[in-house]
Amino acid sequence: MAKADFEVPELKKHIEVPRVEEGTMAHLSPYVAKPDHQNGVGYPEELVENWHEKTLQAMDDVRKKYRSFQVYLDACVKCGSCTDKCHYFLGTGDPKNMPVGRQDLLRKVYRRYFTLPGKYFPKLVGAEDLTRETLDDWYSYYHQCSQCRRCSVFCPYGIDTAEISMAAREILDRVGYGQKYCNEIIAKVHKIGNNLGLPGPALLDTLEGLEEDVFDETGVEVKFPLDQEGADILLVTPSADFFAEPHVDGLMGYGKVFHEAGVSWTLSTTASEAANFGMFIGSYENMRRISLRVRQAAKELGVKRIVFGECGHAWRVAYSFLNTLAGPFDFLDPKYPVPQHICEFTYDLIRKGKLNLDKSANDEMVLTFHDSCNVARASRMGDQPGGQFTIPREVIKASCNHYVDMHHDTIHEKTFCCGGGGGLLTDDLMEIRVKGAKPRMTALQNVIQENGVTHMAAICAICKSQFSKMLPFYGMEMDQIVSVHQLVSNAIILTGQKTDEDAEENATEEA
Amino acid sequence: MSFLTIVFALLFYAATAILVIGIGYRISTYAKAPAPLKIPTTPAPTTKPGVVLRLFREVVFFESLFKGSKWTWLFSMLFHAGLALVLLRHVRYFQHDVWLPIQLIQPFGIYAGFALALGLIGLFMRRILVDRVRYISAPSDYLMLILLFLIGLSGLAMKFVVHTDVIAVKDFFLGLMTFSWSPLPADFLLIVHLLLVAILMIIFPFSKLLHAPGIFFSPSRNQVDDSREKRHIAPWAKQLEE
Ligand code: SF4
Ligand code: SF4
Repeated sequence: MAKADFEVPELKKHIEVPRVEEGTMAHLSPYVAKPDHQNGVGYPEELVENWHEKTLQAMDDVRKKYRSFQVYLDACVKCGSCTDKCHYFLGTGDPKNMPVGRQDLLRKVYRRYFTLPGKYFPKLVGAEDLTRETLDDWYSYYHQCSQCRRCSVFCPYGIDTAEISMAAREILDRVGYGQKYCNEIIAKVHKIGNNLGLPGPALLDTLEGLEEDVFDETGVEVKFPLDQEGADILLVTPSADFFAEPHVDGLMGYGKVFHEAGVSWTLSTTASEAANFGMFIGSYENMRRISLRVRQAAKELGVKRIVFGECGHAWRVAYSFLNTLAGPFDFLDPKYPVPQHICEFTYDLIRKGKLNLDKSANDEMVLTFHDSCNVARASRMGDQPGGQFTIPREVIKASCNHYVDMHHDTIHEKTFCCGGGGGLLTDDLMEIRVKGAKPRMTALQNVIQENGVTHMAAICAICKSQFSKMLPFYGMEMDQIVSVHQLVSNAIILTGQKTDEDAEENATEEA
Repeated sequence: MSFLTIVFALLFYAATAILVIGIGYRISTYAKAPAPLKIPTTPAPTTKPGVVLRLFREVVFFESLFKGSKWTWLFSMLFHAGLALVLLRHVRYFQHDVWLPIQLIQPFGIYAGFALALGLIGLFMRRILVDRVRYISAPSDYLMLILLFLIGLSGLAMKFVVHTDVIAVKDFFLGLMTFSWSPLPADFLLIVHLLLVAILMIIFPFSKLLHAPGIFFSPSRNQVDDSREKRHIAPWAKQLEE
């Protein structure tokens, strides 16, 4: 079991709703951005002197630019429907981690300065002055929200706390109180092209290594091209896919699928990152800048289609926002949606019978699937609502013989976040990540015990990284999390691939 | 004309004006603020009629609340459905010749009054008893329920305990509408009932009662899921492209 300087929750049979216990997570805040991180994303270097005035100005500006913010601040009736839906509340019992509790941190100030009753009867309507402590409270609790949108499913008005968290982070950024993790990464993407700061030569190196691996394994020359002009498809994938387990096994899978489809494809150095952390900090400008790299790469390389690899929040930005931020994509082949998800691409081939998949290759696993929050509740795959649930499952089921779903209250639109999304995947927030993973870990443990599940597949780089760390905290193994295209990669038999029988024949000949 | 009649006539004119202008102003604020990004909570409808249906299910059946909390759903349903029927029943006070449908629902309107009260009691108890809901409740949240409850109670009391001259009440409101006032009966329960209703109308545009228009402007519920097919862009975002 992994070590921790906080209490790791004990898993019970059911996901229990804890009693309210004020302040249990008040001590936790992520590292504050340094001046150069702030600079890199275009915000004041440190907390500005007139923060009071600036904060209110920023709030006013955001509510005029975002209907969601304005309507959500007004419409909440405090019905309580969302109160027990957030994994961070379920894991901590801190009422400010209840979605409405989290919104109220901002709503109190909104009411005080922007509504009549709040101006004249603050006590009556729960309005509060904006103080220096308010900012700290915001900083702390708006960085304990993974922007997973689970709360918005259950709210009668669709109030989405993720929108409020993004707005809050934007407001904090504008007064010079940004988060180190996100802002440092965004600056890196602007400068180098990916979150990890991997330069072109390093990418090339990795890709060549992959080509060798696949060749050794199959005897087939599968290419992993980089910056290849004139390719049909630009693949944009999270940078974790280039080196970390189990991500990289997924990347191998994409390569094999493209190879079998007989299409030419390429990665791009400048757009070597699918994730868009601009969303996490609610900054339209940063999100737009990051998205424009994809457009630029597609134009420069002259591709016809754009396909995104396995990444959750990235797929939200790609599916829901890319056309807005970096469109129109009228220079691409209009026969295909822009962008496409790799699962859509693979599923299409499977349906057409173009992939030779040997399910038994994954026979040592019993699989389940974790719906990543932003894929589930903020995007779609295919042309039917809910395709984001069925298509990845179909791809998994076509690649293995043993598949079981987790409890129905924890999948599809009701899926629990992994606990590390939305800019929380950093060591300084480990405590909330562990506690927030509890509901998912509970559901997973149940299918492990009842159905003999051995592995959980996911299509998100954050989920995969987060679970690799979380599983050991809860007494499971870190390699129990796998990529969906890792399963495809295991099962796929490439045209001309040497099979075990060939190998045996060779062996006899040699003997 | 009695002093009471004048006061209440003016009060209702003022309350109506505040209600209409206030809500109109809020709606224009909502309408003016653009939704720069596509954020429907998915799975979401891919067509406009689909969205209309989604909003219909949300407004009439409280679909999301049902997913979230069965008890709250039950009490809210009792309250809102009760309220809707009761309001319809009251339409007769504003019509010379009462429409047939309004005549037909009169008997049900009475039961609806009890449903309304029961729903409010349920919601109030939840607010007190569930620690999470207690934590998020401000004094105004309790007062709102009490206000609505007292309106219901005074209304029911007029029906079942001390009758009021409903014909005179009808004349009073018809008079207000045609600006030819007729006297309001000086019954205690009636005065209380009308006073509370006027207060409710006045605070409506400044309170969480804005959830009523708000739901129609909620981007997570009213947007079509077609971001790949149609480019969606807000005017202020468009400016960034120039
Ligand atoms: S968006 Fe997710 S993490 Fe944030 S409050 Fe809602 S349920 Fe919790
Ligand atoms: S479910 Fe919606 S209306 Fe109810 S308390 Fe939560 S945010 Fe407010």
